[in-house]
Amino acid sequence: MLSMISRRMLLVIPNLIGVIIVTFLLTRALPGDPAAYFAGPAATKDAIEQVRKQLGLDKPLVLQFGDYVGDLAKGNLGTSLTTGQPVLTELRNRLPASAELTLFGLLLSMAIAIPLGILAAVKQGSWIDHTCRVVATAGVSLPVFFTGLLLVYFFYFKLGWSPAPLGRLDVFSSAPPSITGFYLIDSLLTGQFETFRAALSQLLLPGMTLCIFSLAPIARMTRASMLAVLASEFVRTARASGLDSRTVIITYAFRNAMLPVVTTLGMVFSFLLGANVLVEKVFAWPGIGSYAIEALISSDFAPVQGFVLTMAILYVALNLLIDILYGVIDPRVRLEG
Amino acid sequence: MKRRDFLKSATAAAATTAVTGPAVFSPAKAQARNETLLIVSESGPNNLDIHGVGTNVPGYEVSWNCYDRLITHEMKTGPNGQPYYDKDKFKGELADDMKIDDMSVTFKLKKNAVFQDGTPVKAKDVKWSLDRAVSVGGFPTFQMGAGSLTKPEQFVVVDDTTVRVDFLKKDRLTIPDLAVVVPAIFNSELVKKNATEKDPWGLEYTKLNTAGSGAFKVVGWTAGSEVIMERNDKWTGGPLPKIKRVIWRMVPSAGNRRALLERGDADISYELPNKDFVELKDSGKLNIVSTPFSNGCQYLGMNVKTAPFDNPKVRQAVAYAVPYQKIMDAVLFGLGTPLFGAAANAPTQVAWPQPTKFNSDIAKAKALLAEAGYPNGFETTLSFDLGFATVNEPVAVLIQESLAQIGIKTTINKIPGANFRTELNKKILPLYLNVFSGWLDYPEYFFIWCYHGKNSIFNTMSYQSKDMDAFIDGAVNAAAIGDKATYEKDVKGFVDLAFTDMPRIPLFQPYSNVAMQKNVTGYAYWFHRRLDYRTFAKS
Repeated sequence: MLSMISRRMLLVIPNLIGVIIVTFLLTRALPGDPAAYFAGPAATKDAIEQVRKQLGLDKPLVLQFGDYVGDLAKGNLGTSLTTGQPVLTELRNRLPASAELTLFGLLLSMAIAIPLGILAAVKQGSWIDHTCRVVATAGVSLPVFFTGLLLVYFFYFKLGWSPAPLGRLDVFSSAPPSITGFYLIDSLLTGQFETFRAALSQLLLPGMTLCIFSLAPIARMTRASMLAVLASEFVRTARASGLDSRTVIITYAFRNAMLPVVTTLGMVFSFLLGANVLVEKVFAWPGIGSYAIEALISSDFAPVQGFVLTMAILYVALNLLIDILYGVIDPRVRLEG
Repeated sequence: MKRRDFLKSATAAAATTAVTGPAVFSPAKAQARNETLLIVSESGPNNLDIHGVGTNVPGYEVSWNCYDRLITHEMKTGPNGQPYYDKDKFKGELADDMKIDDMSVTFKLKKNAVFQDGTPVKAKDVKWSLDRAVSVGGFPTFQMGAGSLTKPEQFVVVDDTTVRVDFLKKDRLTIPDLAVVVPAIFNSELVKKNATEKDPWGLEYTKLNTAGSGAFKVVGWTAGSEVIMERNDKWTGGPLPKIKRVIWRMVPSAGNRRALLERGDADISYELPNKDFVELKDSGKLNIVSTPFSNGCQYLGMNVKTAPFDNPKVRQAVAYAVPYQKIMDAVLFGLGTPLFGAAANAPTQVAWPQPTKFNSDIAKAKALLAEAGYPNGFETTLSFDLGFATVNEPVAVLIQESLAQIGIKTTINKIPGANFRTELNKKILPLYLNVFSGWLDYPEYFFIWCYHGKNSIFNTMSYQSKDMDAFIDGAVNAAAIGDKATYEKDVKGFVDLAFTDMPRIPLFQPYSNVAMQKNVTGYAYWFHRRLDYRTFAKS
């Protein structure tokens, strides 16, 4: 197991080098001249050149890349020009917000989609199966920002059940002391139940938005892989041995159906990180997605590079985690790995 | 009954808001809510210091409220009955007294003025700050130059509480330029303490911290999501603000900003689409204040250096083809002042902006185009800034449609915000939509930037005319020595010439729109069009 992990870790290095080179080149290929943008509306040509020099954009590309890598080696991701803060601090402050939202959305989605998928497979052709199909279709066909706006419109604007879409906490609550950066966990750890409640109620609508978006693949994959497993011989054997159907479905069938579901979860999680960008915009969520978009619009290189790098590391870590999970679920994978 | 409605009726003190949770029942919180202003807007500051590199427009708002200048403007009643800065009258902010001599102006500082950390404001702070403004380069230095303030030697410490500003030359814009956002006064000792060799003006420190004597100070800032400001109780620049705390949240979605206002959760928002403003105004639930941009207009510019727009007849033809009224109705929903259709015999005013004598007249436009040698029209591109697409896009489509009627085929070219300025500065776009608005509300100020032959970057058309330069220079000189007759003659002269040569077609004067709750009072219009928290109050 350990050797597999270390071997997988070695493979990560060329991946990351590739990502660093590609993002550097891509951000330089973006339209727009950051010097002109940041020199301000009233800048003269000289002022723009002056800013270009300050930003180091007058140097040849190779030297700029050298500077960038040198900074990276020191753990310095540069400074964002749009927000004026070091990119590393910004990402560190914002990543928990995005992660909390994404994980919450994913857990919510799993809590609904997996039982739904299992039931749909077990009771194939029943109303539950049809519900599963309808929910899945609706989920994939609604763009996330649209679902988000719709939810805000009904639950906040029309019904008033939900708090204002103003980010992680309402204006008059203060954030819990930062331990993990996840408000839900931190507020529980420090016993601030009022803050927990406030954070949860802020999280509910954006979480639901992501949940609706990700229901379909999880439910469909659970259903399909359950169907395949349920039709296999060992399930028939288990049933024939007189085990009750609960044990058969949960212990025997589901465990074996989990591999493709876990793969799907990994994919869905990465989709969700992407979808987050729009959801964060709608709910004024202070996450890394909205940060990256803003940077992109103003040709602000450092945050874009930092964002892509963070995402790349996240994906790599996620893939590693999934590979390890495979081994846990099905020891045969471990041998092959 | 809805839960929120119940909350509302249950707590009269917090009647205007709907804060979640039972905490709202505590009188202290309700009081806090009443002394707190919650502002929502699309984007926030990137730098708390107006002198910083690339400080964006929301950053101006922080600087305006957290720093004092020597002087500021008196208020008067504006065109819509709301408080409006009086461009001709000044009063002291840090200065107690202003004495203007022939070639200098002397300021006496308020004796009790202190910075936010308690140190008294001294003449050396003023000199250091003004030196900084003319030395850091970029926008602040450029803006100071507009009032002939360019050299540190101009700022002289007379004694601890007296500062003199020497004039390099007579310029009517010098005094007004001391009241704009840029010449803010910094706590020089504090900033110097945080300066480094590489950063002698301490820009890195003031980027993240406010170090002024202004009415507010920033106590929390999460870039891109919120700014929290608290009142400086020691403020001497004016009457103590009623608002104790300002929370400014960035809400990127315009629909959500509107929802927040309508549900009473946010106190103030600007930057909504015009249609939303009109609907909110009609619904009567909120106070909507619309004020025309001072010294500003949205225009259709043409590159006069290359064919076919090098021909004045072509430019006039385009001016006759613009569907002015349609733009007013369908795009602005009336929230704009028309800058077209003055009566044929109407005299030119000594004012800017003012309406042209052009109207939509397709037949005339066709005739002019034929006269210019383009009876069958031509093809061109019409560019605009995607960052202001809510107005620009429909305007572009309407103009495209109209120009097609006289044979001019236009391809619409949408340029992303970050790139627009680069493209505009190249001065090669043949036909484009843009806005310009000057901080100093004087006709010659606008014309120096936009029409003068020294070809500043705002002269986006590359327009050059000896007659035009003579009129503009004449007006500037006449204003400096107070020769009213020559001034008026020259202003009329350059306005008339601009409308004859028509390198840019004024379309309308945009409105600055602000929506606020009924219990919020004290909004005032300023040349920078951002919010001044100092006069706001909540009942």
